[in-house]
Amino acid sequence: MALLDVTQLSIHFGGVKAVQEVSFSIDPGIVYSVIGPNGAGKTTLFNLITGVYKPTSGEIRLDGESIAGKSPDELARRGVARTFQNLQICMNMSAVENVMVGAHLRLDRNLIKAALRLPSITRRDAELRAEASELMRFVGLDQYLEARADSMPYGALKRLEIARALAMKPRVIFLDEPAAGLNPKETIEVDHLVRKVADSGITVVLVEHDMKMVMNLSDRILVLDYGKKLAEGTGEEIRRNPDVIAAYLGAHA
Amino acid sequence: MLAQLLQFLFSGITVGATYALAALGFTLIYNASNVINFAQGEFIMLGGMLAVLFTQAGLPLPAALLLAVLVPAVVGVLIEKLAIEPVKGAETVTLIIITIGASLVIRGLVQVFLGKNTHSLPAFSGDTPIEILGATLMPQSLWVLGVTAVVVVVLWYFFNRTLTGKAMLATSFNRVAAELVGINTNGVLFMSFAMSAALGAMGGILITPITLTSYDVGIMLGLKGFVAAVLGGLGNGLGAVVGGLLVGVLEAMGAGYLSSAYKDAIPFALILFILFFMPRGLFGAKVTDRV
Amino acid sequence: MHKRAYTGLYIVIAVLAVLPFVLPNSFYVDLAIRMAINAIIVLGLNLLIGFAGQISLGHAGFLGIGAYASAVLPSHFGWNPVLAMLAGALATGALAALVARPIFKLKGNYLAMATLGLGIIINITVRNEAQWTGGPDGMPVPAFGLFGFELTSDKHWYWVVAALLTVSVWASLNLIDSPFGRALRALHGSEVASRVVGVDVVRYKVAIFVLSAVFASLMGSITAHYVGFVTPNLADFFHSIELVTMVVIGGMASVYGSLIGAVLLTALPQALATFEGWETVAFGAILMVCMIFLPKGLVPTLAAKFGKGD
Repeated sequence: MALLDVTQLSIHFGGVKAVQEVSFSIDPGIVYSVIGPNGAGKTTLFNLITGVYKPTSGEIRLDGESIAGKSPDELARRGVARTFQNLQICMNMSAVENVMVGAHLRLDRNLIKAALRLPSITRRDAELRAEASELMRFVGLDQYLEARADSMPYGALKRLEIARALAMKPRVIFLDEPAAGLNPKETIEVDHLVRKVADSGITVVLVEHDMKMVMNLSDRILVLDYGKKLAEGTGEEIRRNPDVIAAYLGAHA
Repeated sequence: MLAQLLQFLFSGITVGATYALAALGFTLIYNASNVINFAQGEFIMLGGMLAVLFTQAGLPLPAALLLAVLVPAVVGVLIEKLAIEPVKGAETVTLIIITIGASLVIRGLVQVFLGKNTHSLPAFSGDTPIEILGATLMPQSLWVLGVTAVVVVVLWYFFNRTLTGKAMLATSFNRVAAELVGINTNGVLFMSFAMSAALGAMGGILITPITLTSYDVGIMLGLKGFVAAVLGGLGNGLGAVVGGLLVGVLEAMGAGYLSSAYKDAIPFALILFILFFMPRGLFGAKVTDRV
Repeated sequence: MHKRAYTGLYIVIAVLAVLPFVLPNSFYVDLAIRMAINAIIVLGLNLLIGFAGQISLGHAGFLGIGAYASAVLPSHFGWNPVLAMLAGALATGALAALVARPIFKLKGNYLAMATLGLGIIINITVRNEAQWTGGPDGMPVPAFGLFGFELTSDKHWYWVVAALLTVSVWASLNLIDSPFGRALRALHGSEVASRVVGVDVVRYKVAIFVLSAVFASLMGSITAHYVGFVTPNLADFFHSIELVTMVVIGGMASVYGSLIGAVLLTALPQALATFEGWETVAFGAILMVCMIFLPKGLVPTLAAKFGKGD
């Protein structure tokens, strides 16, 4: 059974139909990519599935349960994690604290216990700090374990977002252009990182412009154009699809 | 019955026009800089107090009034140049405190140089009330409403028909884009402080013959102007005018029919009610955050 | 947040312990008590403004509810002061919780407007209900007694307030460096990021707003008993602004900044008293200059300069 089932999903902003009747499904454990020209609705699709926007119509099912219109924190509880195309790092916190925030739902969040600094809280926090450091190493941020977020370079922050998402111990992770703005060397590193994440059993949904990376990583690919589904299939199928070729070569323009 | 209602309505729209001018001032500055200028009320006070000062000094009324508008405009520009421009992009709360600091400086200076007494200004065209259906309307109210109406028309013309006005409007929509097409956005900021101070001062001058003035009237007038601006949907010029009139009328009705002791609380109760149920004010646009 | 943050706590304790023995006279003891009371309020307010990034321009209103609960309930109804204080805190908490949900759907300037309006309504109510509150002239507050022991001397008050301040600093430091505190800071840093990792942001904003309001209410009660008299000025707009200014001048999101801000701004009017008639001008000018040249506040600016974390 599919992990994620999207049917006839649409959202309108005033007269703009940013996503129109898009349907697809994602099997567990795969790398699924969403591609398309700028403005095709990829990020909007992510925002819909992760609860940042509420759909105008359509259905989203996670493990058969309807999640359309649920808030992001409810989705987080169900194991949905994501990163952002425009960095959403908390610059008022240290790097490792940013990762620790990812584990929010796994912690005792009681205010009074926290204010009294009960041993149960501090012990768990110490464990978590170690776990967060481990995750930072996993994404290749060994040298930033003690850093403040606002002192880190762009490429490192991109990976910090991935570490934070992983701290949720998610079942599915949505990566919105993890390689955007990175140099070729960093792009290859992110490519390897995404592979490692997928190998750890987490379903990966990827939006990315770097076609080499997409073709290299993806089990299946969804192509969006003007908010509509243009094609869906394996990398090979997409590469040969005449509609996709036309869209990318600018036949629409 | 009707006479009483009419009476409350008259006094409501008269005061409301002052709130509307203050709210327009808030809107101008907010659109140019996203700053809520908590010194706006002091411009109202300054207008009234300076008009008193200049007329008492023997200046002919028109000259006194002109000066009482120009001086606050200069003060507004000074605040912008010295206190707002240097901290562009600071946090909302920092900007709020800067403008509150400015308001304290203005109020303090007026208190030191003009004293703590309450002052009045003779009405511009006498005190013979006009009877309408049993209610009385002071001629000064007609001045307040007339000038406000003229100001609204002039502003409308300015923003829709002149290049400078359009440049200011463009800046309010997208500052960066405005800069890219060559608009001097600092100039826009400068203009909006001058204009909004002048608007506030005008309101203060016009209302003084009716409500009197003293060094400390600015806070409440300013805060109610802020209520009016938010009520109309922050940033919306027409909304500010409607909001101002609405606040004035509801305040007068509430004071008349419910409780005059709670008159000053009415605008704030109103705005809480509106914000809770219509978080963007009456005419505010819905905004979707982009991530 | 490191262990280092707690070294400041020892300094605070040391200063508080030594202070009464070096202060020359009761004028300074009184000043120290009022500084400490303000510091506790500002600690709570800084959690809301500095750490969670939400504005309140109406906190003096909550202070007023506590103060007047402690004045009115014992005077008119013979309540025990402790019960009155708790009733004030409870009422404040309930009111804050009631308005918090709609308030925190608002952002930035709208939030400022709503909290400002709430504070002003509370103030006007206190001014108008003269048969209960004494109106604009205020009313006396009975002494604070517990188990037959009455707090009257300034020295006693000093130790009580010093102990409360120490506990408040400790609890604030604890809170910031906890899952709750991280969620609070995260929703300030990036609201959308905190939502997608599972932070129910409205709930956290409401919680910290209610907490800081209850803090203010309790300290309002303490102020009322300590001074022995309450006036509506305690709950007015200007006092709300003073409290916010303490947060911002000391340093947003800085525990020790809260203390510095409270100390400086409590002392400032005393220092300015010599400028006869010019106090308002000087106060306003100082606010502007501080904010223009130290927009992050004193402690964070100095900490950055000397390369130390807070």
